[in-house]
Amino acid sequence: MSLKHDIEFTLNGVKRRVSVDVTMNALAMLREVIGLTGTKYGCGEGECGACTIQVDGVSLNSCLMFAVDCDGRNVTTIEGLANDSKADALRESFVEHGAVQCGFCTPGMIMQADHMLHKHAHPDEACVKRGLEGNLCRCTGYKKIVDAVVACGAAEVTP
Amino acid sequence: MTELKHYFAPTSLDQAVECLKDGDVTILAGGTDLTPQSQAGRVKIKHTLMNIRHIPQLTGITLEGREIHIGALATITEIMEHPLVRQHLPVLVEACDHFASDQIRNAGTIGGNICNASPAGDTLIPLLVLDASVELASMPEAKLYRHTMPLSTFFVGPGKTRKSLCELVTGVRIPLPEQGHVARFFKLGTRPALDISTISIGVAGTLRDGVLSNARVAFGAVAPTPTRAAQTEQALEGQRLDAATIEKVAAIARDEVKPIDDVRATAWYRKEMIHNITKRILSHVAQA
Ligand SMILES: Cc1cc2nc3c(=O)[nH]c(=O)nc-3n(C[C@H](O)[C@H](O)[C@H](O)COP(=O)(O)OP(=O)(O)OC[C@H]3O[C@@H](n4cnc5c(N)ncnc54)[C@H](O)[C@@H]3O)c2cc1C
Ligand code: FES
Ligand code: FES
Repeated sequence: MSLKHDIEFTLNGVKRRVSVDVTMNALAMLREVIGLTGTKYGCGEGECGACTIQVDGVSLNSCLMFAVDCDGRNVTTIEGLANDSKADALRESFVEHGAVQCGFCTPGMIMQADHMLHKHAHPDEACVKRGLEGNLCRCTGYKKIVDAVVACGAAEVTP
Repeated sequence: MTELKHYFAPTSLDQAVECLKDGDVTILAGGTDLTPQSQAGRVKIKHTLMNIRHIPQLTGITLEGREIHIGALATITEIMEHPLVRQHLPVLVEACDHFASDQIRNAGTIGGNICNASPAGDTLIPLLVLDASVELASMPEAKLYRHTMPLSTFFVGPGKTRKSLCELVTGVRIPLPEQGHVARFFKLGTRPALDISTISIGVAGTLRDGVLSNARVAFGAVAPTPTRAAQTEQALEGQRLDAATIEKVAAIARDEVKPIDDVRATAWYRKEMIHNITKRILSHVAQA
């Protein structure tokens, strides 16, 4: 029988209490225990970034994190950016630039780009490429994604 | 070894080392190694899983006398952005800059990088050439006991260190580099991001009038542990870094390493790269 542990944390602004398997990763908890499936499973080993979430203000791979380690922390998933004006602009920029094809990488891309834009409000192309190094996309060839993020940062300079 | 029966998240160092007393504990820091290793079954979690995240004594980067202290929980991102590290230990910043991806740098800790003891661990090479020491804590009797060990003697094999099962790494101490100190790091991989080093090299020393003293050379991914290269260091010590010396030292480096063939490269390729890159780094050091 697997060992369970009760944790309490803030998920997308709301306090949550859940009981999780101690060996479970945060990605499995989000998708299978809590039922938030916006965060994607791509590789399960830190290579693709599809599972990117933000914890205490930084982005990380939820597949490389123990679910119990969410205890007491502030977790944001793609669902939590639904009513965020900064993320709205990012999402619109992705649509405008055709940066979404199958869309599987998109939640992870948005989570990582959002984190990057909080650190560097107006990133240039090199900075965006660097920031998205941990996110793979099988479809777009990246150019449109990078353009979308650069444009979003630039848009804020000249409203 | 028993089955996982207990999860514990201590909030003080005393609680943590007390818990470690029976030695049947798996320590969790950022989890970037432990999560995939345990899920793939490569590592079995012991009786207790101890999450050290909430121990304040393991955080922070500070100047203590003539040493920089980096807490075990400092993440790769925190290290590469910290003003003290940027000012005094640029070679460590360089290595952190080539580490995995932003997401992994935000989660992975220096304590985890040291204890995972991979021959390719990226912070280990600069730490070795900077003469870092590992700081350990345990509770052999009823009292907290702390000691330090030179990092150069800490590793014994892939994933194996001289840390006992009852010890916790609390941080690393790095002597403040003196005037004229130069240090360089180079990581060779096949792509810029998310790549495990094929080889990595660190070189450091004090350069005065073109002469290098206190020479330190360390290689990653060419032996079962990250290692200092004694013969290469000896060949460098007190030398003027002219073209002939650099060529001679690079050849000694190539002979000194005994790498293996694996999925990332052949032994032959690694030896050639050690030669070529040692040469390149020494030329950079000479121009510093
Ligand atoms: C996709 C991917 C890419 C990676 N790329 C790189 C790379 O480019 N370069 C590189 O060097 N590494 C890389 N790594 C490895 C990993 O990210 C690093 O080793 C990281 O520093 C580990 O830190 P952590 O806090 O996540 O460790 P954890 O996974 O929490 O722990 C690692 C090990 O150390 C032990 N441990 C942790 N902290 C302590 C402590 N304070 N005292 C005693 N024991 C402790 C744990 O029990 C465990 O055995 C990569 C990993 C992945 C999954
Ligand atoms: S699923 Fe986490 S990085 Fe791929
Ligand atoms: S749009 Fe399909 S993976 Fe990126």
